[in-house]
Order: sequence, then structure tokens, then C-alpha cells
Amino acid sequence: MSDLGTFLAMGGYAGFVWPAYGVAFAALGGLAAYSWRRYRAGVVALERLQQQRGKRR
Amino acid sequence: MAAFFGLFRRDLSLALRQGGDTGLVLGFFVLAVVLFPFGVGPETDILRRIGAGVVWVAALLAALLSLDRLFEADYQGGELDLLALSDLPLELAVLAKCAAHWVATGLPLALISPLLALLVDLGPAAIATLFASLLVGTPALSLIGSVAAALSLGARRQSVVLSLLVLPLYIPPLIFGAGAVEVSETGDGARAYLLVLGAISLAALAFCPWASAAALRQALE
Amino acid sequence: MINWLANPARFMRLSATTLRWCSWAAVVVITVGLFWSLVVAPPDYQQGDTVRIMYVHVPAAWMALSIYLFMAVASAVALVWRHPLAEVAARAAAPVGATFTFVCLATGSLWGRPMWGAWWVWDARLTSVLVLFFLYLGYVALVNAFDDPSRGGRAGAVLALVGVVNLPIIKFSVDWWNTLHQPASVMRVDGPSIAISMLAPLLIMAVGFTLLFAVLLMLRMRTALNERKAMALRLNAGVAAPRQAEHEGAVSAHTAIS
Repeated sequence: MSDLGTFLAMGGYAGFVWPAYGVAFAALGGLAAYSWRRYRAGVVALERLQQQRGKRR
Repeated sequence: MAAFFGLFRRDLSLALRQGGDTGLVLGFFVLAVVLFPFGVGPETDILRRIGAGVVWVAALLAALLSLDRLFEADYQGGELDLLALSDLPLELAVLAKCAAHWVATGLPLALISPLLALLVDLGPAAIATLFASLLVGTPALSLIGSVAAALSLGARRQSVVLSLLVLPLYIPPLIFGAGAVEVSETGDGARAYLLVLGAISLAALAFCPWASAAALRQALE
Repeated sequence: MINWLANPARFMRLSATTLRWCSWAAVVVITVGLFWSLVVAPPDYQQGDTVRIMYVHVPAAWMALSIYLFMAVASAVALVWRHPLAEVAARAAAPVGATFTFVCLATGSLWGRPMWGAWWVWDARLTSVLVLFFLYLGYVALVNAFDDPSRGGRAGAVLALVGVVNLPIIKFSVDWWNTLHQPASVMRVDGPSIAISMLAPLLIMAVGFTLLFAVLLMLRMRTALNERKAMALRLNAGVAAPRQAEHEGAVSAHTAIS
């Protein structure tokens, strides 16, 4: 347990190290999530359009 | 050649006749510099320390104000299409317009700078260097600005995009222009800075008309 | 229409499998990199555990610069050879580069606070990255500022090339500016030489970030190409058989947009 505590404390610099990793994770993860969501929305819309086009034929 | 000077004269007379550009640029320049002591306090020591930078930044922002008018009127009126089709290469046309822009905005900024240098208590060596640095550096501002103006032609919120594009590109002239004045107080180091500033202006002279013309061609496509 | 489909279709096929592989590789490498950075690597003699921030900050800086260079090359290819995918690639890469630049700035700030006592220091590297951030923002603003998306793409290509020419000038200027106004205590951000124990997590994170970039690039390019296909289909649906299919077309367009 003390090992985890020592680890989390980061030699007293926890207030800087963890937010730094957090910001990096949040920014890059947020971009990835946003890009993925836009991709899925685009795929769904495209499939629907292609189905309609197929139906009209 | 005749076409080049014809275009230069036309743009210059348009700018001067309206008086809008020169007046706006000079007015903003003076206002910005005058405002600073109200913000940082009247102690001459502090003003002298930051004076060169303040004057240069104010000049930069003032030059920025006049940029969107560089191509916009001709673009809306159709003269730009005619220019692109004419015998005069578009690069030279851009150069002529930039030259007229500089005479109407950059040159007045440089000419009035000694007066403003007095407001921030710069010494005589610094005043001379400030004038020289603005004289050498403002052509670069017009040329670099023309690229941003050409790129943002017809954009939504053109002024915002223009400012965002041009400010990072203005940082090198600013650093060397203001830096020249900084070191002029202590010895002869200003010459190196002015030489680099001149090199930046020359490089802009070589590169920017070509880039602006490419951007204009895309706007006209 | 047929020419337009030739290259992009191949890209869509290739990227479908590559994307999956790269995604898993990115997850694995970044996880290993995180573990190495946070647990395995030793704290620095002078900087203590804050040196671990470097393992995110420095690779992010490398990515910020590399992605801008990638955008410049793609823009050159787009302008010179009119390659249809090159423009898509540059536009897709820009937000990723901007995000890495932001991460670099934020982690740099969090590293600087315990080290130099200030949330922001105008040292040469951070200042150059800040200017790079504005170059990215300008690019994104420009390509999105036009109603005609292809005009935005072309303008962005020219801007990217202008920017890349300016990068060495800006770096040189900022270095000179930094030595002109020598701050009271100058601290080299990465020390005279990096020990092997520090180099390993740095490189692992760099590889992981590169894989992440590849994943996001392909994902965003696929999204853009899908959106173009969808727009073409919508236009076709509106044009063909206007009277009879007008009602259907309007309905399908409405459902596709909503």
C-alpha cells in the first residue's frame, strides 16, 4: 500500500505530473473519441444514402 | 514596365485620395502608443525599457488594419480578374500593389515614429535606429501581409482569419526590428539586427509576390 | 466521377485493414510507454519525478513539428501534382498536430512550474511551439472559412507551404530573441545528455504517438472521403428524376442530415 502511495505522490510533484498526463490523455483521447464518432456518423449516413439509391433503382 | 508603374500609381492615388488607409493606420499607431503609458505608468525608466517593443507592436497592428483592403476592392469589382488575364505577370501586379500599400502605410509609420519615440523617452541613437528599423522592416510587413490577404480573400470573417494568419509570420521582423533598437542604446550592435531585418525584407520581396499570386489565382478559379 | 474514385477507393480498402492493425499497435506501445515512463524509469537527480512529464512533453513536441512538415509535404503534392488524396491528408492531419502542440504547451507549463517557478516561461523551445500552435490554428481557421470546401483546401495548401518556409526563420528569430533577453536563470530543458534509461521511454512514447497519429489520420481521411461520397449521392438524388423522386429525395436528404 505504501508503494502505491509513494508512486501516486511522485516525490511530492503529484500535482504536476498527474495533471500533465491527464491533460495529454484527455486531449488526445478526446480528439480520438470525437474523430471516431464523426466517422461512425458518416458511415451510417452514407449507408442510408446508398440504400435509398439502391431502392430507387 | 509601364503597366507596373501604371498599377503602382493607380493604387497609390486611390489610397491617398480616399485618405482612409493612411489616416486609419497613423491614427491607430499614435493611439496605441499613447495608450501604453496610461497602462504601465508614466515612469520614464519603464517606458524607455519597453518603448521600442511598444512602438514596433503598435506599428505592426496598424499595418494589419489596412491589409484587408489590399485586394478586396479589386476582387469585388472584377479588376483582379482583369489583372490576372493581362500581360503584366500577376507576381509583378502584386508587387506593384504592395509597393503602393507600403508608400501609403509603412512609410508614414516610419516617418512619424521619431515623434512617438519621444513619447516613450528613447535616446537619440535609439530614435534613429527605430526610424531605420521601421523603414527597413515595414516593406516586409506589407509583403507578408499581402500573402495573408490573398489567402483570405472571400473568406467568412476575413479580418479574423487574416489576423490569425499574419501574426505568427510578423514575429521575425518584430524581433529583429525591436531588437535593433534595444541594442542601439549600448554600442554598435544594431547594425547586425538591421542587416537581418533587411535580409528578411529582401527574402519577402523574393518569395511573397509569388505566394500571393498563387493564392490570388486560386481565389479567382 | 470514375477518375475520382480510382485512388480514393484503393485508399479506403488499404486503410480498412491498416487502421485496425495500427490501432492495436498504438494501444500496446502507448501502454508500454506509459508504464515505462511512470514506473520503470528512475527519477532524475535534479528534477525528481517531474522529469516524467518530459516523456509526454518531448514526444508531443516532436509530433507537433513532424505533423506540420507532413502537412507541408502533402500540400506540396496537392498543389504540384493535384493529387486528390494529398489535400485530404493535410486537412485531416491539422487538428491532430494542433492537439499535440496543445499537449506540448500544457505539459511544458506543468513541467515549468516546479522547475522554474512560473506557469509560463518564454524560453526558446516553448515560444517556438506557441508560434507553431498559432500556425496550426491559422491553417484550421483558413480551411474552414470558405463556403466552397475545395477553395479552403487549396488556400490551406499554400498557407502550409508559406508556414513551413517560415518555420526555420521563426525558430532562428526566437533563438536570437531568447539570447538577447537572457533570463536570470537559464535551464536547459533536456540536460546536456540524456541517459539511456531516459531515452528508452522517450522513444517508446514517440513511436506510440506516431502510431496514434497514423490511426487518427486514416480515420479522419476515411471520414472526409465518406462525407464527399455522401454529398455526391445527395446531389445526384436531388438531380435525377426531379418531379417523381422530388419528395423521396427531400425525405432521404432530410433523414441523412438529421
